[in-house]
Amino acid sequence: MVGMEQSGPGRQSWDRERGRDIIARWRELPGACLPILHALQDEFGYVHPEAIPLIADTLALSRAEVLGVIEFYHDFRQEPPGRHLLKVCRAESCQSMGCEALVSHLRSRLGIEMDETTSDGELTLKTVYCLGNCALSPAVLLDDRPFGRVSPQRVDELLDLVRSDR
Amino acid sequence: MTRVFVPRDMAALSVGADEVAAAIHREAEFRGAELTVVRNGSRGLFWLEPLVEVETAEGRIAYGPVAPEDVPQLFADGFLNGRASALCLGPTEEIPYLKNQERLTFARCGVVDPLSIADYLAYGGFKGMVHALALEPAAIVEEVTASGLRGRGGAGFPTGIKWRTVLNEVADQKYIVCNADEGDSGTFADRMLMEGDPFCLIEGMIIAGLAVGATVGYVYIRSEYPHAFATFRRAVELARDAGYLGYGILGSERSFDIDVRLGAGAYICGEETSLLESLEGKKGVIRFKPPLPAIEGLFGKPTVVNNVLSLAAVPLIMEKGGEHYANFGMGRSRGTMPFQLAGNLKHGGLVEKAFGLTLREAIFDYGGGTASGRPFRAVQVGGPLGAYFPEALLDTPLDYEAFAARKGLLGHGGIVVFDDQVDLARQARFAMEFCAEESCGKCTPCRIGSTRGVEVIDRIIAHTDRVKNLQVLDDLCELMVDASLCALGGLTPIPVLSAIRHFPEDFDKPPAGILSDGEAATATNPRELAR
Repeated sequence: MVGMEQSGPGRQSWDRERGRDIIARWRELPGACLPILHALQDEFGYVHPEAIPLIADTLALSRAEVLGVIEFYHDFRQEPPGRHLLKVCRAESCQSMGCEALVSHLRSRLGIEMDETTSDGELTLKTVYCLGNCALSPAVLLDDRPFGRVSPQRVDELLDLVRSDR
Repeated sequence: MTRVFVPRDMAALSVGADEVAAAIHREAEFRGAELTVVRNGSRGLFWLEPLVEVETAEGRIAYGPVAPEDVPQLFADGFLNGRASALCLGPTEEIPYLKNQERLTFARCGVVDPLSIADYLAYGGFKGMVHALALEPAAIVEEVTASGLRGRGGAGFPTGIKWRTVLNEVADQKYIVCNADEGDSGTFADRMLMEGDPFCLIEGMIIAGLAVGATVGYVYIRSEYPHAFATFRRAVELARDAGYLGYGILGSERSFDIDVRLGAGAYICGEETSLLESLEGKKGVIRFKPPLPAIEGLFGKPTVVNNVLSLAAVPLIMEKGGEHYANFGMGRSRGTMPFQLAGNLKHGGLVEKAFGLTLREAIFDYGGGTASGRPFRAVQVGGPLGAYFPEALLDTPLDYEAFAARKGLLGHGGIVVFDDQVDLARQARFAMEFCAEESCGKCTPCRIGSTRGVEVIDRIIAHTDRVKNLQVLDDLCELMVDASLCALGGLTPIPVLSAIRHFPEDFDKPPAGILSDGEAATATNPRELAR
């Protein structure tokens, strides 16, 4: 197994001016709200609360509308995630190949629930429904790196990989 | 120079294709062998991934599944000349799984370099578009109508009729929207095509634009597909640089351009009106219909919303004619469908066949039975809103009408197999839970009904007023079907009721640690309740 080639979620700490630049770059796009939220999250790992009024002012929306969009979609976060993000598919195809056993294994290994972050801030677990790798279930995505036919032993290797990338 | 193919498809990467490609480069350098590694899409034989192919005078020879540590031996055995080796599968095209398919939409997938326009042209690419450029819009719509193509996203609405509606609208702007929010579990055909033959989708969208008078297209790709997003976005740039997109396509008077957008993890955005809201930058809350998107769609303008596979079928229809396409299939299901074999199967993958293949053929002849080696018990076709079928229904042909007649649906063609470890009461509960999780919240039957559904199924499983609660669940399902605004709430009862109908014993197990209250002996047959 090779090392971590892809970094996890955006790691820059929130910077108001940088946030303003990102919003300005995408503002002219039709339906700019989602592209802006994605761009902010790519940079900072989450959507900082201070970004909400900036987006609202730029796109002539209310703050409530922007917050509504952030909260509607599973992807958008308002808190910084762990340095790495492990998405575990729990949809039917992966169920048929034992993804729930993987989830139990992860819970007991890490002492956290799905959609939580380890106390050292290293890893966030996220439930997703389908990664499109259903012929090689169970499937996970570590940051943007896919893994198929994942056994509990394979998960342990992935956790070691994460730990080696401090 | 010898060309070696190592897929870049996400599924191939998930079992080590990048590491295999790196090992091939290392070994070639060590031995001073001259070769080029092409990162192609996947052939869709996923149990053989990473599937490495070598181009020889006798055609392409396949080796798989290859691990990085196998690579030195492959070189030693002379795989660069297509020689025999323990992992050799013979000529790729002769592998029965592939040979027996009817690949129309996926003819190039896994064959070409997905980001080479030269490759695309060499395999017949853009011929359909060139033909369409010479036609009146109505003639293009006529050809697509003649093909009998129906929406491959799941609803099966005739594509030609949708296009005609948009063509007949008068507006200053019209749009083509490609729904690439492939959220159904067990499906991956859209992803494979966007990663393995992206120009095919681009060509299909250009033809749709020419047909209805739209100059702008959007592709909405789910965020769970980072590889498809990156590959497709790059393909759009390449097509634009080469003059296939943008102002004046290939020097003609016609223009069309594509913008690629990323979803944000909401299943409901696969519903077309919710997708349009999301593209407009809003919450993915569904819209009332009418008005249809064909009349008032994206930003209030007439819009064609088509699935990836519908649009990707169009270039061939325009190249070879609607009749050629319509010659495949059965009844009102014309052409081919890329079926996706998934879940607990030995040979999961993509099988493009004319409609009419039976479930049994798909699962056993192609799929090779369960991966676990345990007995087959259930299959869910059509994603999380599709029915669970037992062994007794395996002779059902894969056809829109045949599935509807058995209270199921074909959906986007995903086939998920379960062995005898599955608990169908649990699967029924999950269907309701998933609906509750993904409901947009606009209509009450879906928003509240799904949560009540989970609670009622929990009571049935716990043997609390079991007969009464089966009746309540039946009523609730009827209400969700009749009164939900879209397919999420309206079809969630399908997996639930099919599980009760075909697997009643799973809803009547003594709860762990609790003796059956004796009610089971006198219970009304749940089959009757499920009608």
